[in-house]
Amino acid sequence: MTLDRERPYWLEGIDLPDTPSQDEDIEPWDETKVVGKPLPRVDAYERVSGSAVYSADVVLPRMLYAAILRCPYPHAEVKSVDTGAAEKLPGVRAVLSAFSPEDAATRPHSEFIRERLFNTHCRYEGETVAAVAAETPYDAWDAVRAIEVEYERLPFVSDEREALEPDAPLVHDAGNRVAEPSTYERGDVEAGFAQADVVLEQEYRSECEIHTPMEPHGAVAKWDGDQLTVWESTQGVFNVQSGVASALGMQFSKVRVIGHYMGGGFGSKLSSGKYTVIAALLAKKTARPVKCVLTREETFLAVGNRPPSNMRLKAGVKRDGTLTAMQFWGTGTGGAYRAGGTSLLDWLVRDLYTCPNAKTETTDIYINAGPARPFRAPGHPQCAWALEQMMDALAVEIGMDPIELRLKNIPAYSQAREGNPPYTTTGLKECLEEGARSFGWTEARERSSAASADGPMRRGVGVASCLWPYGMGSPPATAIVKLYSDGTVNLNTGAADIGTGTKTVLAMVVAEELGVDPGEVQIENADTGTTQFAGASGGSMTVPSEAPTVRAAAIDVKHQLLELAAEEMNVAVSTLYLKDGKVQSTADPEVEREPSSLRSLGRRRMLTGVGHRAPNPAGKVVNPFAAQFCEVEVNIRTGEVNVLRFLGAHDSGRVMSLLTYKNQVVGGITMGIGFGMTEARVLDGDQTGKMVNKNWHDYKLPTALDVPPEVECVPVDPGDREANNTGAKGIGEPATIPTAAAVANAVFHATGVRMTGTPINPSRLVEALAAQRGE
Amino acid sequence: MTDDPKAPGRKGVSRRGFLTSVGTGALSAVAASRIEAEPTERAELLEGEELSKVTLILNGRSRQLLVEPRWSLAHVLREELGLTGTKVGCDRGECGACTVLVNDVPRYACLMLAVEAEGARIETVEGLMEGEKLGHTQQAFVEKDALQCGYCTSGQIMAVDGMLRSSPNPSLDEIRQGVSGNLCRCGAYAHIFAAAERAAELKREGGAS
Repeated sequence: MTLDRERPYWLEGIDLPDTPSQDEDIEPWDETKVVGKPLPRVDAYERVSGSAVYSADVVLPRMLYAAILRCPYPHAEVKSVDTGAAEKLPGVRAVLSAFSPEDAATRPHSEFIRERLFNTHCRYEGETVAAVAAETPYDAWDAVRAIEVEYERLPFVSDEREALEPDAPLVHDAGNRVAEPSTYERGDVEAGFAQADVVLEQEYRSECEIHTPMEPHGAVAKWDGDQLTVWESTQGVFNVQSGVASALGMQFSKVRVIGHYMGGGFGSKLSSGKYTVIAALLAKKTARPVKCVLTREETFLAVGNRPPSNMRLKAGVKRDGTLTAMQFWGTGTGGAYRAGGTSLLDWLVRDLYTCPNAKTETTDIYINAGPARPFRAPGHPQCAWALEQMMDALAVEIGMDPIELRLKNIPAYSQAREGNPPYTTTGLKECLEEGARSFGWTEARERSSAASADGPMRRGVGVASCLWPYGMGSPPATAIVKLYSDGTVNLNTGAADIGTGTKTVLAMVVAEELGVDPGEVQIENADTGTTQFAGASGGSMTVPSEAPTVRAAAIDVKHQLLELAAEEMNVAVSTLYLKDGKVQSTADPEVEREPSSLRSLGRRRMLTGVGHRAPNPAGKVVNPFAAQFCEVEVNIRTGEVNVLRFLGAHDSGRVMSLLTYKNQVVGGITMGIGFGMTEARVLDGDQTGKMVNKNWHDYKLPTALDVPPEVECVPVDPGDREANNTGAKGIGEPATIPTAAAVANAVFHATGVRMTGTPINPSRLVEALAAQRGE
Repeated sequence: MTDDPKAPGRKGVSRRGFLTSVGTGALSAVAASRIEAEPTERAELLEGEELSKVTLILNGRSRQLLVEPRWSLAHVLREELGLTGTKVGCDRGECGACTVLVNDVPRYACLMLAVEAEGARIETVEGLMEGEKLGHTQQAFVEKDALQCGYCTSGQIMAVDGMLRSSPNPSLDEIRQGVSGNLCRCGAYAHIFAAAERAAELKREGGAS
């Protein structure tokens, strides 16, 4: 796989427009007045007052509610569906299945539908079998329960570690291997291992993690004749538009998708789902709007996950800390369909540390479980789990501080990309050094090593680092900034604000250029009918894609304003500039004009500035880097781990909005604690093949009691003047990549036990501690 | 706590008596939910579609409406009354996104039937507003950026506001316990703790609301 040539994972199957490149080069700011400040979110009022309308909140006149009947078995053939009784129930307005008279209508095709909307060959628990629209959700669920389905149950396989055995049941007739193993090689690993003073080899496993955003996936669909409007909880309205249009064979101009507020996605809402199409078809059939919001259980089964990963890593190092070779084998599963089961799983091994010899092999395998979807830094928390624990173990073997070992191997260029392009900036050294200083690494490490061994409590500290191969942003993106004649501003962008603070960052960019209050920037966003193209909010790409675009639009409108002012004031435009929202002159410091006082602006009523995203620097790579540190306390009798404190030191370029930047770090660490310590999908492989913990009671998310009360954030800004005209790189994903590995390393430091499998929960740890004692 | 939930009288009435007598505080809320989990022996069996009249004291105003006995309070608030500030994340009492105050005590609106709320004082996030102005707890969440996607936020705010009514000066441990029934998948907990402390401060400075 060559990363640059392939389409990024969140754009697979999506048609993207080309945007014209910006005419002029815009230099990054030196000093900023607004950007980077800790200002409140521009949409905080809506989100705390209850006035923000999320897709699940949309209530339309005469709206019906949909409910979906899903296959209860991991593998089954649907023989018949009898909807007669369901259709007679009070309140029921439509029922659809693969056996409906409107069969053709239930056979839309699109990449995300895989086979059929209502599949008669169900390859995973939770596959859609039928759907109902009724007057209330209660009526709809009554009807779902009244549908009679005859299933022929088929043999299933629930564990990718068993799925390649010769007698394993087949998920697809062609076999359970999704494709030939994907391989990568540079140098000569055998020669590298021969040069090493220490060679370690270790197996690691990370469990399947489920996104479960707080707002379940869902959509509301409404038809006006042949025009469809969809309100969807999505990270990317344009992806939903193209998905729905292709599924229903419609023109883009007939499909409008609105996603103003959405309750979290983490990669699982990058494109439309079957629920979108079901809502549209039921709405068509009943000639009424239909709301289709999934139940929590459905979100555990059918709308994505982070694949489980089985990894083996062999690494060689010299006594002076020079890495000589790394070899990696990984398997994983995206479930019952091709869904990136090993997507990017080996990237950190290939590219995080300087190492002349590297070889990787990854194998994606089918099992009878719900398809994966991209999940916050696909492949990376898993790979960091292996690589960063291996770095820790190598450091112990050669008697070196784990931070020093990492510092010795920081790359200046991308080894895994063709032509070894340099990074525009590599802040990893600063992340490690400044992070360690703020954390008090040396003192904390000595303190916990020297702690008395009386009693059951042990303390330890751990570190892990990462890069994220996206996070540079890219074209295409277009934004419009409109200046009203009273001097106030409107911003138009297609980007969704998925809670990361996108709107706030963009308003601050406008404020920086035009001297207005960011809170007074009117924002239209995430509506395919009215806003400019923006890619889906994913890949930590949104700020580095959109902020430079919006800045270009603001500068465009500023130039137009100065032209008008120069004409009206009868001076050369080159002498005018905008400061604090006022037109001022280099020639005469006395001159100061409010834009609203310009008669020509009053006559024009509005100026419209357009910005496009310029291309990324040629031949260079723009990547965020990070290092995270934590201190834990372990009770070696009970296996309980208390995460006492965490620190994230991040090079994500310029901090655009300090509060939301910190919040990303806090949230990424919380999610990483879940990945490393509490979360695991459990499939009952021996008996039923069903998921046994498809709810938040049995599938444990971190709660307020599981996270450290304070998380420190140390932004590292190397002043990247090449990345883009704002110098910002993405933060959302790097914030969660190294977290779990840092916890594992701290647990090792505290106890001497190496936890190679997630999650580090008390039962697993107490078992490992007992094994350590020889019990 | 002397009320016997099995005492004579229809559930609406006995429940109102029960709720008004338990007062405030997290412990009472825990005890109340435990007792409610027991089956009500004298409950009348009603057909699903048969509508019951219920009176709610909703955000300070009395509201009469007809509901199916099986409708949850969360469903009625959101889909029947349009109070969509109250969110539903799981509909089974696991996430707390639907937290409202019932007689000042935080409760999961998805686990409470609308008919159970007969006569009770129900407050939703909309009820914390003073006109267009944010209430203290809401304001604190803005200042501390104690949210990301915002979908759990109403529930977090109601949990904090309820906690502060029974414990105006909570310790950090109390705060963490107080919001431990409210999941935040974006993981903004550390900021939520800070917001709870700030809300307590604002309430001390600014009086009720």
